[in-house]
Formats: sequence, C-alpha cells, structure tokens
Amino acid sequence: MRTLIAPGRSRTGYTIALVVTTVVLTAIFVVPLLWVVVSAMKPAPELARVPPTVLPETWTPGTYAEAWDLMDLGSYFWNTIVVAVGVWAVQLAVDVPAAYALSRLRPVLGKAILGAMLVTLMMPAAVLLVPTYMTIADLGLLNNPAALWLLGAANAFTVFLLKRFFDQLPVEVLEAARIDGANQVTMLWRVVLPLSRPILAVVSIFAVVAAWKDFIWPLLVFSDPARQTLSVALQRFAPDTPVNLLLAGLVLSSLPMIGLFLVFQRHVLAGLTAGSVKG
Amino acid sequence: MRRRVAENLTAYGFLSAALVCFAVFSWYPIARGAVLGFQQVDFVNDPAWVGWENFERLFADPLFATAWRNTLLFTALALVFGFVVPFLLAVVLNELRHFKAYFRLVVYLPVMLPPVVAALIWKWMYDPGPGLLNTALRGLGLEGLSWLDSSDTSMLSLVLVATWANLGTATLVYLAALQGIPGDLYEAAELDGAGVLRRLWHVTVPQTRFVLLVLLLLQVVATMQVFTEPYVMTSGGPEDSTVTVLLLLYRYAFYYNDFGTASALSLLLLLVLGAFTALYLRVTRKADA
Repeated sequence: MRTLIAPGRSRTGYTIALVVTTVVLTAIFVVPLLWVVVSAMKPAPELARVPPTVLPETWTPGTYAEAWDLMDLGSYFWNTIVVAVGVWAVQLAVDVPAAYALSRLRPVLGKAILGAMLVTLMMPAAVLLVPTYMTIADLGLLNNPAALWLLGAANAFTVFLLKRFFDQLPVEVLEAARIDGANQVTMLWRVVLPLSRPILAVVSIFAVVAAWKDFIWPLLVFSDPARQTLSVALQRFAPDTPVNLLLAGLVLSSLPMIGLFLVFQRHVLAGLTAGSVKG
Repeated sequence: MRRRVAENLTAYGFLSAALVCFAVFSWYPIARGAVLGFQQVDFVNDPAWVGWENFERLFADPLFATAWRNTLLFTALALVFGFVVPFLLAVVLNELRHFKAYFRLVVYLPVMLPPVVAALIWKWMYDPGPGLLNTALRGLGLEGLSWLDSSDTSMLSLVLVATWANLGTATLVYLAALQGIPGDLYEAAELDGAGVLRRLWHVTVPQTRFVLLVLLLLQVVATMQVFTEPYVMTSGGPEDSTVTVLLLLYRYAFYYNDFGTASALSLLLLLVLGAFTALYLRVTRKADA
C-alpha cells in the first residue's frame, strides 16, 4: 500500500532507516530489560562497581531463588493472582448480563442507565479516591480482595465494549433460538456467549492486565502486609533489600504479564484499537 | 402488556448486580465526594459541616501551589515526549515494510510491566554512579546527570519513565490510524510537487487529526493524575520538586487523616480535568454525528 514515501524510491535510504530504527528501538525498550535480567545475576558488590561490568564476572543465577525465598514472593504472587482472577471473574459475571440486557432486552430506562454508567468514565479516577476508599471502609472491605473485585465490576468501559459487540450480532440467529423456545438465560449462555469469543478475550485480557498492573487501589486497600499484591510489596521492600535481590524480584513479578503478552499478543493489540478510536 | 412487564423483569434481573456495583462504587462516591469537600472527616468524630474551611486550608498550604506547578510541568513535559514522539515513531514505522511484528512487540513490551516495576527499574538505572544512564552518557563522552537527586532534573526523570512505559499504546493507536489513510492522497500530493515534509503536514496530520486530538485530551487527563512514579521514586522530593496534586491529596488523606481537605482538593482537580473532559466529549460527539 502507498504510504508517505513511495516504496522503492531509495534502497539505501530505506535500509539505513530500517537499521537505525531497529537499533534505536532495541536500545531503548529491550536493552534496559535485558540489563535488569542479567544484572540480577551479579553479586551485590559487583553491582556497585563504577563503571558496571557488562556481563557478570561471577554468575549467580541463584539470586532468583534467593529473592523468591527472602521476599516470600510466593505468597505475594498468590495474593496478586487472587485479585486478578477475582477481578476477571466478577467483572465478566456482572457486566456480561448487564451489557446483554442493555443491548438486547432494552428495558425501560435502559438508555438512562447506560448513560449514567458512561458518565463514570468521564470522572477522573483520582477524584473518587477518597469517597470510594471511605465507602470500602464503611463496608468493612479493607484488606479484603473482594473490594477490588467489586470495584473492577463497576467498569463502564467493559459494559460499553460488550454492549457494542452484542448490538452487532446477527438478529436471525437470536430469533431462531427464540422460536425454539430458549429463555433469556439459555440464549445468553448457549447462543450469545459462544458468538462473542473475540470480545470476551479482549475484555478478559484487559481486566487481568489492569488488575496486575494496578498500584494505587491495592496500596489503599491492603494495609495488612500479608494481603498485599506484588506491586505494593515490592515498593515496600525496595528501600532495604539488596539490589540484586530486588532486581530479581522485579523480573519475576513481571514474567506473567510478559508471558501473557507473548501468547495473546494478537488479542492485546486488537483490544487497543477496539477500545480507543477506529482509524 | 404482561409480556412487556415480564421482559422488563428479566432485563432488570440481568442488570441488578451491575446496578449495585455501580451504585456503591461509582455513583454514590461521586455524590459523597462533593459533600466531603465541605466537611471535617477524620474517622474518629462524626463528620461536621465546615463550609469553605477545607479550601482555605488548602490555599494557605504552600505545597498547594507547588503541587499544581509540578503537575503542570509534568503534564507539559509528558506531552512533548509522550505525544510528539509516538506520532513521529508511528509515521516512521508505517514506512518500514520489514520487522513489523518485532517493532510492535518491542514498543509495547514496557506497557505490560507493572508501573511499580518500571519505576523501580528506572530508579536503579538513574543511580548517578553505577546506573545504566550515566554509564551510557559517560560512554558517549558526556557528563553524568544527578537525575532524581537534583530538583532541576527530578521531574524530567519521572516524565522519561512514564513516557518509556506508556509510549507503546499511543504509537500503536496512531499506527492503526495511519494505515487508514488512502494511498492516493499521498500520490496526488506528490504529483502536485509536495515534498515529504509537506505531505506529512498536509496529508498525514489532517487525516489523523481526530485520533491525535482524542489521545491528546486523554493524555492530559491521565498525566494530571500522576501518582505512582513520584510516590515510588522520589516521595515528592528533592525539595518538594516532585510533589504532584495527587501525591498531596494522598498525604492529606492518609498521612494527616484529613479526608475533608483531601476531598476539597479532589473537587478542584475535578474542576480542571472537567474542562478537558468536556472538550473531549465535544470532539468525539462531533465525530459521531
């Protein structure tokens, strides 16, 4: 396809541009990550050396296991998984039926309800920090992952994406199921959901990634160290943990998201454009 | 008639859980926030109405002006880097016909990192001694900077982290928009004798104007709420140079237990961000119509 510069205009120019872009992007986005992964395997005294060694003089890959034990990363992984999986499950269980009702059942005041939900998207998250925190406290949900699950379910963006997808489902299929006598629950479960795999994948990945990356809400909700998620625990440990162990901890806690991205790259990137604006 | 009632009952059954969640965690806090700003709240005594006292306390706090100045500086710098750079990067990537998958993967990789992880990695790389950044600068024959340790460069350092971590999203959204530009527009402009820069300015920019504007507004709203980077990397220092509005709000609420004043600050933030949000709504409405 024709773009800004006609293809084949200048072979040399193109090659130079390609090489420069590859080198620069790799240097900026990949090198720091590799630098962390490798540096974690240097002993602490070697890490403090100026200038730093490129590759470890003494390889200590055991740092990763040591960091896992010392910081008790296993339990913080578990806490984070409980939050992320819970957010995902509750968000789908709450928002899918709601979006289906708004899209297909069109109840009285449906439009007003959708409007009231979308208004919350326009509220900057920071503005609701204090009143939402106080509400969570009033409900006795501090130090309880359910606070984050329910907070995650009040996600207008998810409702909007799902509703827009349900709006576009072919009417004939739904009519056929209806004539066969399916009630609305069967219809949603047996007919609509199987047709909605693409959007469910996008919404699911969004939910899990957002929950894993979240910092401020877990920070506010989990004052009890035993309940904290990886992000909250790591920043608490950071000031008094030896650097090599901290780096190993940072790498380990990022691996699930990097892995998720590598496996579901197509869905993650599809969600980007589905969510924002159509080109 | 009875059928219609039954249908509505089913629909509200499906909606009930969502209505409860939104009511408790969105709608009620919105209303409550407006009231809290005018109350004295400390979790010990019952809330008492205090009128504009919370706002007066804020205006008397020297950190109030500092926090707004810092936040605006962060937003401005974040736009220079986080708005212009991804656009130009997307333009370049759109021209390249090789390694497409690799480029996408690489720019988006940092977006997958938890912000706390990105902040802690950069804090370590900013170390003026053995840190990677000063090592690279010295390797190029330049002098190292003090990065987070000096009030001159602390905010810039935070902006670089935030940009590094988030640039992938904007780049890929722009890239999708660029791919929607019809090729004949470039061809016609070229036949008219327009050079590369003029084609960029007169074809690419107008054709992606809508996406650019939307992301610009979203970015302003997001960057003005910056919290994680200053909280994790500098705690607001050195010399209060990275105290942002949200960090100040957090201090009022969770250090001083003064939820009323924190809410008053939220309301002021809402006022400012509301202007941008209204602008965003106008822009997207117009495009829908």
